[in-house]
Amino acid sequence: MRARHHLTLLVVLALSCIGAGPAEAERIVASVSNHRVRITSSFTGLELVLFGSVERDGTSVPRRSGYDIVVTVTGPRESLVTRRKERVAGIWVNVESRTFVDVPSYLAVLATKPIDTIAGTETARRLRLGLADTLLPQQIGADLADVVRDDPFRVAFLRLKSERGLYLEDPHGVTFLTPTLYRTTIPLPADVPIGDYDVDVKLFADNAMIARTSSAFELIKVGFEQFVATAARDYSLLYGLAAATMALMTGWLGSVVFRRD
Amino acid sequence: VQIYLPIADLPVNVFLVFAMGLAVGFISGMFGIGGGFLMTPLLIFIGVSPAVSVATVTTHIAASSFSGVINYWRRRAIDLALAVMLLAGGFVGTAAGVWLFTVLRSVGQLDLAIGLSYVILLSAVGSLMIAESVRAIMRERHGKPAELRRPGSHTWFHGLPFKLRFKQSRIYVSVIPIWIIGFLIGFIGAVMGVGGGFLLVPMLIYLLRVPTAVVIGTSMVLTLVTMASATVLHAVTNHLVDAVLALILMVGGVIGAQFGARAGQNLRGERLRLLLGLLVLAVGLRFAIGLVLTPDDVYSIRMIEGD
Repeated sequence: MRARHHLTLLVVLALSCIGAGPAEAERIVASVSNHRVRITSSFTGLELVLFGSVERDGTSVPRRSGYDIVVTVTGPRESLVTRRKERVAGIWVNVESRTFVDVPSYLAVLATKPIDTIAGTETARRLRLGLADTLLPQQIGADLADVVRDDPFRVAFLRLKSERGLYLEDPHGVTFLTPTLYRTTIPLPADVPIGDYDVDVKLFADNAMIARTSSAFELIKVGFEQFVATAARDYSLLYGLAAATMALMTGWLGSVVFRRD
Repeated sequence: VQIYLPIADLPVNVFLVFAMGLAVGFISGMFGIGGGFLMTPLLIFIGVSPAVSVATVTTHIAASSFSGVINYWRRRAIDLALAVMLLAGGFVGTAAGVWLFTVLRSVGQLDLAIGLSYVILLSAVGSLMIAESVRAIMRERHGKPAELRRPGSHTWFHGLPFKLRFKQSRIYVSVIPIWIIGFLIGFIGAVMGVGGGFLLVPMLIYLLRVPTAVVIGTSMVLTLVTMASATVLHAVTNHLVDAVLALILMVGGVIGAQFGARAGQNLRGERLRLLLGLLVLAVGLRFAIGLVLTPDDVYSIRMIEGD
């Protein structure tokens, strides 16, 4: 039932795209202030700036409602298990768990105004615009499937991620500096995962998506941080022996320095 | 001053971590315990993932226990023969413990098993130590001489074969109970992710009647060997030892352990036992509260390791 519903929507979407193509000739461009964020020993989080503009040409029709933009930043994928505790014989025990497979480790949805006023509920759901509509596949038996929006595990997952600053939805995060020039900041918290980030920018007018572009940036460790991380992964035995030796040296040094007798 | 940790992947305040090392080091030097049962929860509290915490704490404990071992070695307060015998049992116990760890994890109740074993073991050991040391202190107050060797202190295992004389500890016992104690410490240590010093110290004092002064140095030798090998094992199997975090912790830990060892030497044996008993009981109760109290959030998320 649900699948057929989606199929119908897809067909409608495809038809509307074909029909609307040449008349709506806006293009959108976007650029991140830094495509390679270097993580050094002094990294304590960062705000990346994203700039861009809406480009119109002669054939572009005037928009009654003006433009709206939704920027989605997606971090590297990871699998997480969400557990629920329950009181059993007086003590709190993890009774149930759900595994979220290949979900974004970081997800920011930044927009010019609340998602449901930019696009209708149906469009927002179809394009998976807001956090509540994000695809979060769960391992259910042998299958992978997303569940209903108000599933308690899904809600808890979104809440816990948001509390850590790793998922966020800011309905006023994107601002237009001129009628066509826009800007937003992407807040990356201190414990933001290392890896590749995708930036997806969608342009809306009159409750419909009219253009789309994408950009990307990566977070990498450099210098000493990178050296330690590589050594730990690629030369694990040497690294372990070095760590143990370092421990013994430190212990020995301490007893020499503090020797009083 | 914030520093970004390369393995834990988050920035921490250097002074906060240093102070944690100092405090736990003081306690570990004073009582001859590794302090893992204190440090691991502290690291998790400041945001380090549990797996990285457990792995990194082993390195920290190796450092602070080595400095303690040198200290006690100079004071001739280590029974090396006893330590070697305990280690023999300990290695077998560790292997068995790792096996049970894997089984519990596959069943999916490892957290509960660890929580419950912390509560039961720490509360029981802590209460026993408090009761015994309070009795000893009371006896002393009433002017009765301290009973170093009670006539009835010969228990059933003194009749076991393979007796050995441990000169430093002034005991003459069978190696069988020593192997069993070593096995238990290794087993429990592997399952609970701790060095096991807080269990070994009372066992040596109450079961084998080793003098308190020798117990601490000897227990540190055991902690040193198990934690140094655990560091290498964790680095090889999980790549989770954060050397930067470990270094900050161990510098604080080594300094703290020096002062702790001195403070411990100046305290009378039964006072020391009472303090350790109170500490162990307090941590046990803290875990009990965590299991019984309604949590702030019944949901929790954790990354699946090894992905």
